[in-house]
Amino acid sequence: MEQGMRRRLWSAVFIVGFFVLWEVFCWVFHISDIVLPKPSQIIVTLVTRMPALWPHTVQTLYTTLVGFAFGILAGVALGVIIGSSRLAYDVAYPLLIGFASIPKVAVVPIFVLWFGSGAVPAILTAMIMSLFPIVVNVATGLATTEPELEDVMRALRASKWDILWNVGLPRTMPYFFASLKVAVTLAFVGTVISETVASNRGIGNVMMIASSNFDVPLVFAGLIILAIMGVALYAVFSLIEARITGWAHRKDEFAMG
Amino acid sequence: MNAEEHPRTGHTFVELEGVTLTYGRGDRQIVALGETNLRIDEGDFVALVGPSGCGKSTILKLVTGLIGASTGYVYVAGREVGAAPVRVGMAFQNPTMLPWLTVRDNVMMPLKIVPPFRQDYATKRKTEFRDRAEALLKEVGLGGFGDKHPWQLSGGMLQRASLCRALIHEPQLLMLDEPFGALDQFTREELWAVMQDLWMKLKPTVILVTHDLKEAGFLATRICVMRSRPGQIIDDAPVPFARPRTIDMSYTPEFVSMTQRLRELIVAARPVKETV
Repeated sequence: MEQGMRRRLWSAVFIVGFFVLWEVFCWVFHISDIVLPKPSQIIVTLVTRMPALWPHTVQTLYTTLVGFAFGILAGVALGVIIGSSRLAYDVAYPLLIGFASIPKVAVVPIFVLWFGSGAVPAILTAMIMSLFPIVVNVATGLATTEPELEDVMRALRASKWDILWNVGLPRTMPYFFASLKVAVTLAFVGTVISETVASNRGIGNVMMIASSNFDVPLVFAGLIILAIMGVALYAVFSLIEARITGWAHRKDEFAMG
Repeated sequence: MNAEEHPRTGHTFVELEGVTLTYGRGDRQIVALGETNLRIDEGDFVALVGPSGCGKSTILKLVTGLIGASTGYVYVAGREVGAAPVRVGMAFQNPTMLPWLTVRDNVMMPLKIVPPFRQDYATKRKTEFRDRAEALLKEVGLGGFGDKHPWQLSGGMLQRASLCRALIHEPQLLMLDEPFGALDQFTREELWAVMQDLWMKLKPTVILVTHDLKEAGFLATRICVMRSRPGQIIDDAPVPFARPRTIDMSYTPEFVSMTQRLRELIVAARPVKETV
């Protein structure tokens, strides 16, 4: 417990220290607001403009979560297929890697062409951004299941579905949750990319307009909002992960529970 | 010697008829198991011993239906292996517990999979099945450990739990692939006694693969010696000692001379060292 407190304290000190250093840096070198606003200024902007920023924040969060949810569904489905069949693995992997290598900013215009600007392309972009790590992790988790574990089940005449449900999927959970933490932050990136290019709502759009007006503190306020949401969701998924896959980390607290 | 020369006491439960197993094709072909004929009576305890790579585990996998024979037939309970509705239990050298489940849930896993238990799993898993798992755990000396997770147990304890999992669904056929191989001498001897008690009580047909001749002599009613390249059964002899057997018995001259004979057979059957 003592150790945990100290770690948390240090982590807080480090975060605060970062912003203090930033503030001092701007003061000492007389950096213009248009280049790099001071943290204090960003906070003031954040507070005073909050009524206007709030709907955009909600919009971005909503878009990201919907896209992310679709990403999880599609990612798990694809991951299960690819991970449980050698053939599917060989066939789908090259395509998947090719797909993952495409800069997502390049596909936004295509989505806009198909679905018009607004929330739909943003949801789709968030989805495809979050898809890849989920697919890879779920597939890896399934493909690396120990053959002996499967032998035990097969000797019991367990069906493929039984094995998947009782061994494959539970074993994959740590991989899956590790990927969710990465994927949720990528989903934010996807949403903001799409909002920047083709939307009239959302934090991405706000930042776009603010930067064309040289309202740099507002741009940074947008960044801060995105960062806070990203950290918050990461924390949520870490918490769920610790709850569900504690066995993989072999924590004493989990064993007692 | 041939299995036919032994007096048959019961029904034949497992039968391998002209079974061979080869891997690969053409020049790269490897014969894992040469032509093998083997009959095992119901309720028998057969040990397969031999040098490594002689196809002992292959026979286990063939009888379980995990792999198919290249030629020949494998019958279990009078039907070809895949079609036989036989309950099989299996334990390996590695206890292969599922780390996300408690020890009790691990032990109960076969009840979740194997008919007729699986139909009742949802309703009985917190009552009858649970009690059954606890009773079995207690029998192997793991009473009170049901709620622990596998990583909280030592290797010997895990192997006990693994035996429970292999036996919980009252298998007619029990496959043991060096289940005591990774344990220290004292734990091993203790588990032999546990295994003997369980076998005498439940009377499954057992095939035990082992490197340990003392283990084979202690547990088995019949020992088959195999040679490698190709894998083949070269000797098949009953173990005459009365049950329940004790560790002390394993130091009697009769027992020692039996294991010595087996040892000589295996040494002679070892493949000639290849020069690199």
